[in-house]
Formats: sequence, structure tokens, C-alpha cells
Amino acid sequence: MKLKKIVVALMAAGTLTFSYAQAQQAGTSTLQKIKDTGTISLGHRESSIPFSYYADNQQVVGYSHEYAMQIVKAIEKELNKPQLEVKLTPITSQNRIPLIQNGTIDLECGSTTNNLERQQQVAFSNTIFVVSTRLLTRVDSGVKDFADLKGKTVATTAGTTSERILRAMNQDKKLGMNIISAKDHSEAFLMLETGRSVAFMMDDALLAGERAKAKDPSKFVIVGTPQSQEAYGCMLRKNDPAFKKLVDDTIAKLQTSGEGSKIYQKWFQKPIPPRNLNLNFPPSEELKALFKSPNDQAKG
Amino acid sequence: MSYQWNWGILLSAVSTGEPTTYLGWFMDGLKATVTLSLAAWIIALIAGSLFGILRTLPNKWLSGLGAVYVAVFRNIPLIVQFFIWYFVLPELVPPSLGAWFKGLPPLIQFFSSAVVCLGLFTGARICEQVRTGILALPPGQKNAALALGFTLPQTYRYVLLPNAYRIIVPPLTSEFLNIFKNSAVASTIGLLELSAQARQLSDYTAHTYESFIIVTACYALINAVVMLFMRWVERTSRLPGQIGGK
Repeated sequence: MKLKKIVVALMAAGTLTFSYAQAQQAGTSTLQKIKDTGTISLGHRESSIPFSYYADNQQVVGYSHEYAMQIVKAIEKELNKPQLEVKLTPITSQNRIPLIQNGTIDLECGSTTNNLERQQQVAFSNTIFVVSTRLLTRVDSGVKDFADLKGKTVATTAGTTSERILRAMNQDKKLGMNIISAKDHSEAFLMLETGRSVAFMMDDALLAGERAKAKDPSKFVIVGTPQSQEAYGCMLRKNDPAFKKLVDDTIAKLQTSGEGSKIYQKWFQKPIPPRNLNLNFPPSEELKALFKSPNDQAKG
Repeated sequence: MSYQWNWGILLSAVSTGEPTTYLGWFMDGLKATVTLSLAAWIIALIAGSLFGILRTLPNKWLSGLGAVYVAVFRNIPLIVQFFIWYFVLPELVPPSLGAWFKGLPPLIQFFSSAVVCLGLFTGARICEQVRTGILALPPGQKNAALALGFTLPQTYRYVLLPNAYRIIVPPLTSEFLNIFKNSAVASTIGLLELSAQARQLSDYTAHTYESFIIVTACYALINAVVMLFMRWVERTSRLPGQIGGK
């Protein structure tokens, strides 16, 4: 079997490359790496409004990005290097984990959910935001809660927890829904806006972001009993306790000092770039509780 | 790198509670990719041949029509065309027709839009191959056929097309391969084909490498089958004394 030999050889080559990279990295902590190179590499999202996205002139802004910049400041202080060079790398849901693992980026603060599957591959900082999965629908659609979706078409974004819950719900409760898994949030919202689906299930904060982008935001409303809660955390490499402690402490200090609430108001209750939209999204009880006692727990 | 390999993940049950495994998702994706591509290939061959013949006809209007088709469908990026067929077109047609289409089950909407879009896009490329295939023949063949008393349609049917198709088998092979690869763009309108399933698996399990290695292997397998099939077509269709013949 010639083909089999080739496959085995290719896979062996892959494994070798990985173990080589591992050997190179072993013993070098992220802080040491940053100190040696004078550079920190941050991963960011291109369109996760209002967490991490491009405003004008390809400038990265957002709620999570502010946390990242505060962490950079704390690292500068810790290493006594006031002028760290910050390298920004745009990432997607697909490449964020490999890029952390192979050292391309040291830290990613965006809209990344801390869950158990991912904890096998990467580590998560203290939670920076808590979201609930809910529904966005037209004001006049008659949909008040998930039970009203029976036999209807619902949009969600591929690969998200919402999709997982929606499919499981369809299975368990025999709702007979048609589920559309769109490529990203704006496409899922387009399904709702063009009447292809009656509702769009997603993290409530992102729904608020999509609603704000609509031609007429007053036509849409966020409804439904929250089906799950998710903790967004910053993502970093596993087994680097010194770096994780620094990141965790910085986040905890921001949240308990009241600085965190100010950052929240800036991004969720005031006009934000690029179109000066106000998301009008008050803080949830869960978020208030988090700010009182910061932690790095994944939610269910 | 600290990656945790786990090929066993493929055989574990999906976390949505559906009665299938992640490998089952891949198989669904593979089925969608193959069905979509083959259906689109039929449209592409028909549209491509039709407009390709139009482009070589003496009538200026008819050949112009073929040229417009090629210009429109070959010059707009495929991803934009998918967007137009799926999102824009139902808004442009009369509202009742648009509402009817949008009321169909989502899977039917995805599939019909994707098949038409991919078929006509590839058809524009095949059109040019059919045209050049016909133009590559010595002009004497056409004149001789007409002098023998064949009508123009008979000339195409019995003399020009059988030769032209034989000449263009190699470029057709690469279009056939392309249609499978291009079908991945259908994921942008929500169709869960092979590449979309790889993304799903990577998002659901955090095992990015396993998913994309499997998907790469699936596309390689499809391409190997297409190559073998087209080589067989080429072998069985060649004529003694002609290009490639003995």
C-alpha cells in the first residue's frame, strides 16, 4: 500500500514538527519571552462588536481590547520595560487556538467562551464578561419565548454554543424547527432581517450589537428565557502559572476597583465607534456578581 | 507546541444530543459536497455547451449573447455570486414570489441557490472551452461538411462537436476538479457541506488539526476519483489519427 505509507510519513512529519516546537518552547515562559523580545503579541477579532473590532483606520478597539491593553500595562510594570512593542494579529474562531499554541500570539481577549473542551488545549484568564443565550426577533413576530419557535425557522451562527443548545432542544422537545447555521453573526442577522427566519439565537450582548446595526433597531427585540450562560475569558497558553497569575490579578483589580464598570458603561451604554451607536445594554445580575468576586470558572 | 491529539474524537457522539457521531457529520458534509457538485456539473455542461456553441455561430446577436453570459458569470467573484443568488435575488423578484421562495425549507433554498449559482459560474468557464475547442478545428472541416450538404446544425452535431469535445477533455477535467473545490464557498450561505463540517467539528471539540486533516483527505479522495474517471473518458473517447490517438 503505497498510499498508506505516504499518509503515515506525512503524519510522522507533522508530529515531529510539533514536538520540535514543543521542545523549543519548553522552559520559556511567556513573560520571559516578552522580556527577551521586548514584544507582546495580542490576538484580536475583526468584527466582534463591541468586544474587539476595527473602528476607523483599521484601529482595534472594544471592551475586551481595553482589558488586553490594561494587561499589557501590567506586564510593562512587572518587567520594568515601559515601552513594550504590541503586535496585533487578527484571528478567527478557527485559528485562535492553534495560534495561541504555536506561539504566534501570547494572549487573546475577544469574545472567546471559556469551556471544558477548550481547557484541554489552552488556559483561560479570569472571566471578563458573562453572556446569556437568548433570541432576537421582530417586535411583531409573536415570538415571546423558545416554546413559540415550534415548526419555525431559526437562525444561529455556526459553531457556537447557541447552535449546540438549539439543536439539542429541537431533539429533546421535538420542536421540529428548521435551524439555519450562518457563517457569522451578521449573516445570521441578515437571515432574520430578510424574513428567512423568525428569530436569531445568540449571546445577548452580540444580539444587542447586531440590533444596533439594523436599519431600524426599534423593529427588533431581545426575548426569551436565557438558555445558558457563558463566561468570556482571555485565552493564553497552558501551564504558564506566572503569566496566568499576572493576567488574572490585573483583571480582578480592574473589576473590584470600579474601573471595570466604567469600561462597561463606555462600550455598552454610550455611543461607540464606528457609527456612534448606543447598544443600550444594561449590566446583568451575573456580571455584577462577577465584578464583586472575580473568578476564572467556565459556566454551563 | 502543546497540542493534545485525539483521533478518537471522531467516533464520539456529538454534543448536541443528535443520534450521530462527529464522523457522521463529516459523512453528511461529504454527501452534500458530492451531490451539490454533481448537480451543478450537469447544469454547467449544458449551459457551457449551449453558450459555447452560440459564441461560434455566424449570427452576431447570438454570439453576442454568449459573450455577455461569459462576461457576467466569469468576472464576478464566486462568493459574491452566491450572495446574490441567495440573498439579493429573492428581494428583486415580485414580493409574492420572493416570499414563496423564502418560505421553503431552508435546505431546499440553500441547495437550489447553490446548484444554480455554481452551475452557471462553471458553465461560463466551460463555454469558453467549448468555443476554443470548436475554433481550434481546421476551418476546412466546417466548409467540407457544408459542401457535402449538411445543414449548419448537422455540421455541429456530426462533425464539429464530436471533435471539439475530444480536444477539451483535459481542461474539462480541471473544471470538474474545480467544481468540487468551489462548492466549499456554498458554506457562506449556510449550507453545511464538507468544509463547513470541518469548521463545526473544530469549533465544537477544539480539535482543529484532526478536523482539517480529515477534510483535506476527503477532498484529495474526491479529486483522485474525478481524475481516474476523466482519464478513462479521455482514453475511451480518443480516435486513431487524432490528438492523443494511436
